[in-house]
Amino acid sequence: MDSEDEVNSVVSSVDVGMDDDDSSVDFGADSDVEIDDHYQDDAAFETQEKDLMPKKKAFEVDYRVYSPEDIQKQQDKQVAEVSTLLEQPHEITAILLRFGRWNKERLIEKYMDNQEEVLDKAGLGQDVYKSPPRIDPPRIFTCDICCEDGPHESFALKCGHRFCVTCYRQYLFQKIRGEGEAARIKCPGDGCNRVIDTKSLDLLVTSDLTDRYHELLMRTYVDDKENLKWCPAPNCVYAVECGVKKRDLNKVVPTVQCDCHHSFCFGCTLADHQPCPCSLVRRWLKKCEDDSETANWISANTKECPRCHSTIEKNGGCNHMTCRKCRHEFCWMCMGVWSEHGTSWYNCNRYEEKSGLDARDAQARSRQSLERYLHYYNRYANHEQSARLDKDIYHKTEKKMTLLQGASGMSWIEVQYLEEASRSLQQCRQTLKWTYAFAYYLARNNMTEIFEDNQKDLEMAVENLSEMFEKPTDQLAALKVEMMDKTTYCNRRRVILLDDTAKRLKDEQWEFNVELS
Amino acid sequence: MAAPLPKRIIKETERLQNEPVPGISALPHDDNARYFDVMVEGPGGSCYEGGVFNLELFLPDDYPMTAPKIRFLTRIYHPNIDRLGRICLDVLKNNWSPALQIRTILLSIQALLGAPNPEDPLNEAVAKQWKENQAEAIKTAREWTALYATAKK
Repeated sequence: MDSEDEVNSVVSSVDVGMDDDDSSVDFGADSDVEIDDHYQDDAAFETQEKDLMPKKKAFEVDYRVYSPEDIQKQQDKQVAEVSTLLEQPHEITAILLRFGRWNKERLIEKYMDNQEEVLDKAGLGQDVYKSPPRIDPPRIFTCDICCEDGPHESFALKCGHRFCVTCYRQYLFQKIRGEGEAARIKCPGDGCNRVIDTKSLDLLVTSDLTDRYHELLMRTYVDDKENLKWCPAPNCVYAVECGVKKRDLNKVVPTVQCDCHHSFCFGCTLADHQPCPCSLVRRWLKKCEDDSETANWISANTKECPRCHSTIEKNGGCNHMTCRKCRHEFCWMCMGVWSEHGTSWYNCNRYEEKSGLDARDAQARSRQSLERYLHYYNRYANHEQSARLDKDIYHKTEKKMTLLQGASGMSWIEVQYLEEASRSLQQCRQTLKWTYAFAYYLARNNMTEIFEDNQKDLEMAVENLSEMFEKPTDQLAALKVEMMDKTTYCNRRRVILLDDTAKRLKDEQWEFNVELS
Repeated sequence: MAAPLPKRIIKETERLQNEPVPGISALPHDDNARYFDVMVEGPGGSCYEGGVFNLELFLPDDYPMTAPKIRFLTRIYHPNIDRLGRICLDVLKNNWSPALQIRTILLSIQALLGAPNPEDPLNEAVAKQWKENQAEAIKTAREWTALYATAKK
């Protein structure tokens, strides 16, 4: 069955990538993942495997899911490698790598160029003590933090700033628990840049705090790597690796499925929004929320980091902003890079004038286009709502399946088609929903019609299938074949729509009435 | 009552009284030893010279692990101090270290009065004026100092 293959292709390509590790998965040229090297040895095997696999669809991307243990191993391996190269102990190498945001090549190059400078900047410069830090036995001295004279145990990093162990512990507790800091915890000494290493930390704090510390370190590791992202599902601990770069996001919608079954976009980590590219999704969501109070508050009180798009509320301080997440430095007024306008910050006034003008323009335009917007929005919202209602059905499906087994004498396996149908409905509605956001921004040309036809076909298929769910349970058994057919058809229409849209997106054939940012 | 006052705070308070920093005073409230009335004199040679500025300072529960909270009560025309008296100073934010003290912070604030930094502005209007017409800005700062920060009471 040809259609069956298409339906399953998403799943199967993932399965192979994860279970067999053999990988038709290509992470792109600059991937650091060690596992890759290993599997290059099996090159011959790999090509064979590829031939056997169903052809990848245009809307699918290669990716791989990692557990926290895998990520830890990845880090450890890189640390070990660089450690031998730089002839530095592991904990010091780890600090260097974190400082270099895990870009090994650049770090090594810089280090070879000017060792002193790199060490200094990474918070490892100017050793006063040569021996590794340890907790000193109790003696009398005045700790500069608590002002107690002791006798107490004390600790100092290689910089020599000595404090009592109690204060050191409190300080680390505040940094880790209170501020969520890990990679850049400095010596408590005034103006000291020395960064605390894992070994010293282990000496000082209890295991629950070190656990948290390592969790935070892992978080910065994944955050620092462009090709790694956490699965955004609640309580999910997995991270996904995908080679799609930020600059490609206008040409591809990299949708991945985590081992926890959550499907999300690797580009923006929102739930699966195929076929709509990230920038349009962002624009659309913002637009849709424009009327809500929350959106009003957000737009009045926050801005997005120009680099990583984290939403930022400025709750005090000056215009010199440093994004907590990506450390991007920019100006709050004009959102420009800080380094570029450090001496001419008053340029920001131009922004004020221009934005005022833009705002007025935008308002005028939005009134004209309100009608058009509502057309798309209502359909978008309808699918969102229907998907929610279908979800209820999904929960009721199980009940229905049990009922059906009793009523018709069918086995559990035989009623699985209901669950399939329900899942398919969910997925198709999700896609349909986003086709409306996509269509809203689509400029009219010859291809728009093809898109709208595909959209219409999928919509009809979905509504047909959805209707069958409303039927009383006693009729469901008789509808089994028809329902299976309709499910298959829905899935097929979805694949066709996504494939066609993705191909044209890749070839930049779509014309939009807004700039893809 | 709350937990006993940490020795660190007692010592700092004693030292502030026994070895006062010239041009700076900080007195804790009788009913709250973590709340200080602070007075800083405008540094000589600056446009705040002759002014006496009142500030409030509060030591949060987790002091000295977190920085003291501090704010100008007297109005002041300064690019790094906003209308509410909040101060843009690195040691009060990212660069706070538990090894710093009330006195060091107050000295930093006094130094900030002596060296306004319009490159890192908190009060945009003031900073703009400072950049574009420094003479005028300094004149305004002098006027404000005379108007708000000269002892009348």
